[in-house]
Amino acid sequence: MLRKKGKFLTCILTGMLALSIVGCGAQNPSTPGKETAAPVNLTGAGSTFVYPLLNQQIEEYRKTNPSITINYQGVGSGAGIKQVSEQTVDFGATDGPMTDEQIKGAKGGTILHIPLTLGAEAVTYNVPNAPKNLKIAPTVLADIFLGKVTNWNDKRIATDNPGISLPDLKITVAHRSDGSGTTYIFSDYLSSVSPEWLSKAGKGTSLNWPAGVGGKGNAGVAGVVQQTPGAIGYVELAYAVQNSLAFGMMQNKEGKWLAPSLQGASAAAAAAKIPDDMRVSIVNAPGAEVYPIAGFSWALIYQDQKDKAKGTALVNFLNWTIHDGQNLSEALQYAKLPTALVSREETMLKSITTQGQPILK
Amino acid sequence: MSKKTELTASIGDQTFRLLTLLMAISVLVLMVWMGWQMYDSALPSIQKFGFSFITGRVWDPVKEQFGALPFIYGTLVTSLLALLIATPIGLGVAIFLNEMAASKVRVVVAFLVEMLAAIPSVVYGLWGIFVLAPWLRETVEPGLAKWFGFIPLFQGTPAGFGMLAGGLILAVMILPTIAAISGEVMAAVPNAQREAALALGATKWEMIRLAVLPYAKSGILGGIMLGLGRALGETMAVTMLIGNRPDILPSLFAPAYSMAAVIANEFTEATYALYLSALVEIGLILFGITLILNVFARFLVWSVARGPKGGTSNE
Repeated sequence: MLRKKGKFLTCILTGMLALSIVGCGAQNPSTPGKETAAPVNLTGAGSTFVYPLLNQQIEEYRKTNPSITINYQGVGSGAGIKQVSEQTVDFGATDGPMTDEQIKGAKGGTILHIPLTLGAEAVTYNVPNAPKNLKIAPTVLADIFLGKVTNWNDKRIATDNPGISLPDLKITVAHRSDGSGTTYIFSDYLSSVSPEWLSKAGKGTSLNWPAGVGGKGNAGVAGVVQQTPGAIGYVELAYAVQNSLAFGMMQNKEGKWLAPSLQGASAAAAAAKIPDDMRVSIVNAPGAEVYPIAGFSWALIYQDQKDKAKGTALVNFLNWTIHDGQNLSEALQYAKLPTALVSREETMLKSITTQGQPILK
Repeated sequence: MSKKTELTASIGDQTFRLLTLLMAISVLVLMVWMGWQMYDSALPSIQKFGFSFITGRVWDPVKEQFGALPFIYGTLVTSLLALLIATPIGLGVAIFLNEMAASKVRVVVAFLVEMLAAIPSVVYGLWGIFVLAPWLRETVEPGLAKWFGFIPLFQGTPAGFGMLAGGLILAVMILPTIAAISGEVMAAVPNAQREAALALGATKWEMIRLAVLPYAKSGILGGIMLGLGRALGETMAVTMLIGNRPDILPSLFAPAYSMAAVIANEFTEATYALYLSALVEIGLILFGITLILNVFARFLVWSVARGPKGGTSNE
């Protein structure tokens, strides 16, 4: 019995040894130019919206920097903020900026918001025999979600869609039931176009919805919309495009009607006045080409990085995502960051220090 | 047997006893610890809202106002609905399988019922979205409204997603639990009991009613309570179908919300401390309700088990 155990142990030890040798072998030859890079493990957590993009960026980055392992968990923006504040992860990601109070509560000092990408949201609907790209004016949209416009044959919808006869069909509002950055951006938009919405429901990741039913996730909202004639809801543009849902045209601040697009979202980011701390809402930004329902996803990172190796790896990675990493975004239906913003972000990354020294030069 | 082996055996027994005792205690410790931990995390919300948390009907994370009544109501009504539907069907399945069916049929049907229990709840939810909800909206709910529309429960616009959909999906999910446990308990009824009834000239139905069911009733009750336990805590399938609207409306067609669903939905994006604390308090209430119902169920099973085992003629 004992001898058997001994053999078993030897087996395990040999196996571990073999694995570690293989591990080293994979790491060493890759970075010829740089000084031998010690392996660095970074963990991040937060927004699920940014997860598909960030994950692909991590994979791509690893090809040229195999010593850096980044593990990002899409646990939700709220949880991401919490974990980065508690310093249980090296960076966070969120779709709604941290509040002043949350920033004060962060345990690792000053926290920076670095825009990672942009998303647009589509208003999708299910009206039998209605064309794609129905025009829905901002105030009408707000009143639909307030439960005040309740039928598709409402005059206010008809005036924006001349020549289209809409049926006598009850409107069913569909919204996200799970707390979500998508809801944050959408309610932010409704708040910006309707004072009544602002006072009754306001903006947040979860709301006290005045009307409608809730579906879980983009899929849940799309499910309710597709299964219920007369339903209207909002989903991420990527989800609407991938599932070829019918979506409406929105009217921007200049009065132009636009279908949701990545270009429209990028235009919103380029047109919006963005403060130095980058915490900004870009819904309903001015500009003819701007699609009005769009928002940022931010990385959350401490300005003072305690661990030099980790800090250096993290800043280099983020610097890569806002430059080369952006090339991956359009294939995944994310909008590119506008160039002017990228150079401002670079300045921001340069302000990050470790042991009193800036990391990027 | 020598003294030595006796001693080692008793030492072995002692250690084993201690070990199992430790394991038994660990379950208790875990329960108390969980309850305490939840109470501790819920404290900010408990202190702020007090009892009005349970009676409050507004859930507004933006304005930091939290009331849990719509969720408690939704959980209790969907679970009750599920029990009302699943109990007779589950019992029927069990009776058929044990007392009526040919053994070949029994094997197949019993297997299918067990399969129902193995389906992940998210699959039930998907089926609900694509099959059950449209069917309810187009066929069942208009029908109910037409024939029973005078009862407030069946008034309002058929929406598909709502309390009725949530209750029905729960009924399907707890059906195998009720059927399987009732079936096993019935199988444990001694054959002598049945034979005696038949020998006295009872029909098959009388035999089941007088000899089998009374003998098995405490076990059946236990099965129903297990089903109720699952219904109370079920999250995924319910949230996909119930409409997720924190409102108390008389109509079963209207959207509602359950405690487990709101926790799962809003936990990850609960962006400030009080919000999180309010969600934990809902968890605490759910924990409490399950505990109370379980104690009640124990009591019920116990009091039923003390009753007569075999049927009396005037029962």
